[in-house]
Amino acid sequence: MYEHDVIVVGAGGAGLRAAVAAHEAGADVAMVTKLHPVRSHTGAAEGGINAALREGDDWELHAYDTMKGSDYLGDAPAVETLAKDAPEETINLEHWGMPFSREEDGTVSQRPFGGLSFPRTTYAGAETGHHLLHTMYEQVVKRGIEVYDEWFVTQLAVTDEPDPNDRTCHGVVAYDVQTGKIEGFKARKGVVLATGGPGQAFDHTTNAVSCTGDGQAMAYRAGAPLEDMEFIQFHPTSLPSTGVLISEGVRGEGGILYNNEGERFMFEYGYANNSGELASRDVVARAELTEVNEGRGVKDEYVHLDMRHLGEERIMDRLENILHLAEDFEGVDGLVEPMPVKPGQHYAMGGIETDENGATCIDGLYAAGECACVSVHGGNRLGGNALPELIVFGKRAGYHAAGGDLGEAEIETGYADDVEDDDTDLPITPGEAGIEPEGVAADGSGQVADAKGTLERAVEAERERVDHLLEKDDGVQHSEIRSKLQQAMTDYVNVFRTEEGVKKALKIIRECRQEYQDVYVDDPSRTFNTDLQHTIETRNLIDVAETIALGALVRDEFRGAHWRKEHQERKDDEWLKHTLISWDRGKPSVWYRPVILEGEEKTYEPKVRSY
Amino acid sequence: MSTQQQKQPDEPETQEAPTDQEMKAEASPQQKRLQRKREQQSAREASADEGELEGETVHLKVFRYDPEVADKQEPRFDDFHVPFEKGMTVLDAVMYARDHFDSSLTFRHSCRQAVCGSDAFFVNGKQRLGCKTQISELSQPVRVEPLPHQEVVKDLVVDMDHFYEQMHAVEPYFQSEDLPQGELEEQRQSRENREKIKMSSRCIWCGACMSSCNIAAGDNQYLGPAAINKAYKFAMDDREEDEIKEHRLRILEQEHGVWRCQTQFSCTEVCPKDIPLTEHIQELKREAVKKNLKFW
Repeated sequence: MYEHDVIVVGAGGAGLRAAVAAHEAGADVAMVTKLHPVRSHTGAAEGGINAALREGDDWELHAYDTMKGSDYLGDAPAVETLAKDAPEETINLEHWGMPFSREEDGTVSQRPFGGLSFPRTTYAGAETGHHLLHTMYEQVVKRGIEVYDEWFVTQLAVTDEPDPNDRTCHGVVAYDVQTGKIEGFKARKGVVLATGGPGQAFDHTTNAVSCTGDGQAMAYRAGAPLEDMEFIQFHPTSLPSTGVLISEGVRGEGGILYNNEGERFMFEYGYANNSGELASRDVVARAELTEVNEGRGVKDEYVHLDMRHLGEERIMDRLENILHLAEDFEGVDGLVEPMPVKPGQHYAMGGIETDENGATCIDGLYAAGECACVSVHGGNRLGGNALPELIVFGKRAGYHAAGGDLGEAEIETGYADDVEDDDTDLPITPGEAGIEPEGVAADGSGQVADAKGTLERAVEAERERVDHLLEKDDGVQHSEIRSKLQQAMTDYVNVFRTEEGVKKALKIIRECRQEYQDVYVDDPSRTFNTDLQHTIETRNLIDVAETIALGALVRDEFRGAHWRKEHQERKDDEWLKHTLISWDRGKPSVWYRPVILEGEEKTYEPKVRSY
Repeated sequence: MSTQQQKQPDEPETQEAPTDQEMKAEASPQQKRLQRKREQQSAREASADEGELEGETVHLKVFRYDPEVADKQEPRFDDFHVPFEKGMTVLDAVMYARDHFDSSLTFRHSCRQAVCGSDAFFVNGKQRLGCKTQISELSQPVRVEPLPHQEVVKDLVVDMDHFYEQMHAVEPYFQSEDLPQGELEEQRQSRENREKIKMSSRCIWCGACMSSCNIAAGDNQYLGPAAINKAYKFAMDDREEDEIKEHRLRILEQEHGVWRCQTQFSCTEVCPKDIPLTEHIQELKREAVKKNLKFW
C-alpha cells in the first residue's frame, strides 16, 4: 500500500501540470502512469497553444471564438476560464524554459489557426506538444515529485452509496507492469484523473496506442457521468496509411487543399467561402469526405494538402516536423509534392463531467485534460485549444485536489433536480452501483468498494480479476474483440452518421461486451505482460465506445462534429443541452443538463456558424 | 548482439584529417537528411527492378526472453513470417506477429509517429525506432533485438532506469529564477539562440544513442550522449544566467562527463531525430576549456 495526499493518474500535459500545482499547494503528490511521463501522447500535439497575448487581442475574443467553434455547446464559465487563464499559463511555460518559436524582437511567435479571429496560436515549430510535455516533466523532476512509471491504474476505490453524488474516492488500484504486483494507492486528499482520450475506440486515429479511455471508463463505472461523448473530432489532415497527424499549422501558414481535379474545393464548392482551409475542423473534415464521396478524391480515398508555395525557408522554420512525418510515413517529400490527407479520429470533446475546478460529482475525484469534459469545447474543439485546456484545467484540478480554494464553481456536476430525463426506452435514472452477478472478476465492472476499507476491497477484487484472466487458458483474445470494435466505430460512428448505422454499431459493441466475458490472456507471465494490459484496456474501450454510440443515437440533430443524415440542422430549441450517460447496475442511463450560455458579462447568443 | 559496427573504445580523439563520418557530421541535419533520402530513393528504384516485396512475406527473427516462463528463460530467436504491405514498418510487423501469432510477444510502443520514443530496438545490427523504419529498406531476415548494453526485462523490453538516472543527473530543468511576477511578459530569446538549441530540444529519450555508445557500455557512470545533449539545451539557452551556465559546465566536466566522449559518432549515427549529438558534446568540451575549468 502506498499513501500520498494527491494521486495523479496519467502523466501527460494535464497530469504533470496538476502534479506541479498540487505540489505548490503544499501537498505530497505522486503520479501513477502506465507509460513513462515523456512517452505520453501530449508529445504528439503539433499545432500550438491559443492564448490572447498581443495587442488587438483579448480573452473575450478568445472566449467568443471558442463558444462559436463549440457550436454553442460549451459552458460559458469554463470557456471564459480557459480564455482568461491561458495567457498566464503560456507565459509561465515560457519562463519554465519552453523553446517557443520567436519573432524578430525575441517575443514568442503566434500564428493563425482555424476558427480564430486573431492569430493567437503560440507554437514551438510543429512540435509544440513535445516541448510542452518535456518542459512540464522537467518541472516535475525539479520539484522531486514522485513518479510511479509503468504502473497501470485499473480501478478506482470509490464508496458505494446509492447516489453517486454521495460517494467518495479514496484512492486507486494499480499494477506494476514490470513485476505484475497489484497494489493500492491511498489518496488522503484527492485523485486526479488525467488519462487522455479514447482514440483507440476507432480504427483510423491520430491517437497513440495507449489512448484507451481508461480514466473515462473507470470514472464512469464508479458513478461519475460521461458528458457529450458523441462529439468526436475528426482532424481533417491525417496521413491515410497510418493516421499520423499533419498539423493544422500547415493550413495556418497557408497550406491549400485540392481535390483530384486540382480544384481548391473549400472555395470552389462553397464549403467555407470566407475562411476556406481555415474553417473549423468539423467543416473541413466533412468537405473532404464529401469530395471523396462525390468522386473527386485522390484514389477514392483522400485529398491533397499542398504547402510547396510556402517556400523551403518558411517550411523549415515553422513546419519542419511535417516534412519528416510525410516522408517517413507516406514516402512523400512535402517540398516537391502535395501530401495525401484524410480525416482521422483525433480528439474526444466529451469526457468525465467536471466543473471548472476539475471536480466531479464524486468527492475527492477530479479529472482534467482530454479525459474530462468541463465543457470547454462543446460540439467542436478549435485547433490550439487542447494544450491550454491541459495546463489551465490541469492546474486547477491539482490545486483544488490539494485543498486549495478556487471558490464556488458555477458549473454543477452529477444528477440533480434540474436535469432532464431521457424519454427513450433506455434506463433513465442513475441508480445504485450494481455488480453483475457473473463475470465481475473478468471485466472489473461495477463497484468494488464500500464506505469502510474501500481500498483494501478494491485491491482484492483486482487481484482476483487478474488471476482469473491469467488462469483461464482458453477463450477469446482481446485483439479480436478490439479490432471488431474499432471497425464498427469507424464504419458507423464516424464523420457521417445515420440512425441505422449507429444502431448497428451499438449492436456490435454489445456483442463485443458479451464476447469479452470469455476473454483470456495467453501470456502466463507476470513480467511486463502487455497482453494482460491490453485485455484490461479493451474492456475500457467497450464501455467508452458504447457511450459514444449511445450519445450519437439520442442526439437527433446536427451540431459541431456530430452530423446526422436524417437531421440536417441544429435544433437549438431542443438541444442546447449536454448529453450525460451514467453507469447504472451494468447498464448506461441517459439524461441531460442545459448548456450555460451566460458568461460573466454577457450571454453568448447562438448564431449560425459560417466561415 | 555482437554485430554492432563501432570503432574501438581505445581509439584516440582524432586530430587528423576529417574522416567520412566527420564530414557527414559537419553537414547540416537537413543536408544529411536529403542525402539519405536520395540514397534511399535510388535503393528503392533499384529494388523495384528486382520485383517489390508486395504480396510476399517478411521473415522476422525476434529475440525472446522471459525470466518467469520456463521455456523462455534461455534466450532464443523466434521466426515469424508476416505478410508484407507497402509502407510496412518494423513496428507494424512485430505488432502483426503479436496480434496474429503470439500474444505474449512483448515490446514497448505507443505513438507510432516517432515522438514517444518507446520503441527503440536493435534492428539488423543498428539502433532504430521500430515505427519509422521501413521494412522495404532492410535485408531479410529482419533481426529484431532489444537495445544492447541494457538489461533485458522481457523480449524486446529493456530496463530504462539507468538511462533515466543519467538524464536526471544533469539537472534537466530550467533554472532561471526570473519568474513572472503578475506581469504577462515573456523573457526574450533571439531567433538565433532558439535555432541554436532547436536540434538538442528534439530528444525523445528513446535511448538509442546511449545503447550505441561504447564508452557508456564500458563506463556505467558516464553521463552519455542523451544526458549531455539535454544539458547542452540548457547550457546554450541565453535565457539562463551565466552563473547557472557555469554550474552546468561544472557538472559536465566532471570525471564521467564530456571528456569521456571519444568522438566515435555512433550516437549521432543512430539518432532518429537527427540530433548532432557528437558535435554538441565537442562544443561543451570547448566551452569547458574556455571557462578555464578543471578537466580530466
